[in-house]
Amino acid sequence: MINWLANPARFIRVSEKAVPWCGWTAAAVLALGLFWSLVLAPPDYQQGDTVRIMYVHVPAAWMALSVYLFVAVASAVALVWRHPLAEVAARSAAPVGAAFTFVCLATGSLWGRPMWGAWWVWDARLTSVLVLFFLYLGYIALVNAFDDPSRGGRAGAVLALVGVVNLPIIKFSVDWWNTLHQPASVMRIGGPRIAVSMLVPLVIMAAGFMLLFALLLMVRMRTALNERKAMALRLNAGAVAPRQPEPEPAVAAHTAIS
Amino acid sequence: MSDPGAFLAMGGYAGFVWPAYGIAFAALGGLAAYSWRRYRASVLELERLQQQRGRRR
Repeated sequence: MINWLANPARFIRVSEKAVPWCGWTAAAVLALGLFWSLVLAPPDYQQGDTVRIMYVHVPAAWMALSVYLFVAVASAVALVWRHPLAEVAARSAAPVGAAFTFVCLATGSLWGRPMWGAWWVWDARLTSVLVLFFLYLGYIALVNAFDDPSRGGRAGAVLALVGVVNLPIIKFSVDWWNTLHQPASVMRIGGPRIAVSMLVPLVIMAAGFMLLFALLLMVRMRTALNERKAMALRLNAGAVAPRQPEPEPAVAAHTAIS
Repeated sequence: MSDPGAFLAMGGYAGFVWPAYGIAFAALGGLAAYSWRRYRASVLELERLQQQRGRRR
């Protein structure tokens, strides 16, 4: 499937049909998820209504990790096989992943204040997610730091691959260290440990976030492809435009030095 | 949701629950709106350049 979509023209054709479908489905699933999270789900017997923050926080955390893995895999494919769309995909996904990580950190902080009595603690889970946020920002800064997009893409791909080491640290931080953050209660061996009435809105919101990611990825990739095509047209137009008279040699040398 | 006041109060945690949803909406909705605007701008720019190229030929 990925190989089949490797052709940019084919990707544009398929995504043209998929974007509206994905957009409307994401809107419907997120609306249902919000209604379930805010209205239908019961308050927790200990956390009260702050448990509703979990329906945004947990799916955002899952997306933060999954999108980073996507960026790393796409970067590896771009580095090794020079896949024509892989670099565009990695570049387009990174800001979406950074937004999910920011939402995860901010909502976690808003939950931590009433439940832990602190907006922030330098706990292993929180700190490793903050490192993930900085990795995203570093990747975005690096890929945009070069005039030649392919050089930026290669440098960013190396950073993305090195940063993968942080993913197992985030996942297992609650097992390896004595943290304030609770251990996994959904994705664990032996099945979820939360009530079905709370699991349902969590899963719906996670599905909504996944659809939103797919939508934003397609839109951003199409934008990047359009912008590259426009740049090629501009360069082409510059190359075929009537040549301007050459400046005097002395002036030209002076300009080159300054 | 029979009592809108109680719903908005979120059991006394309104100051934490609503900002959490607000931040999520602002961050993800803002990125979506920005991405869509940039996409529309790229389509218009590409069309303009293609028309310009057509005229030159």
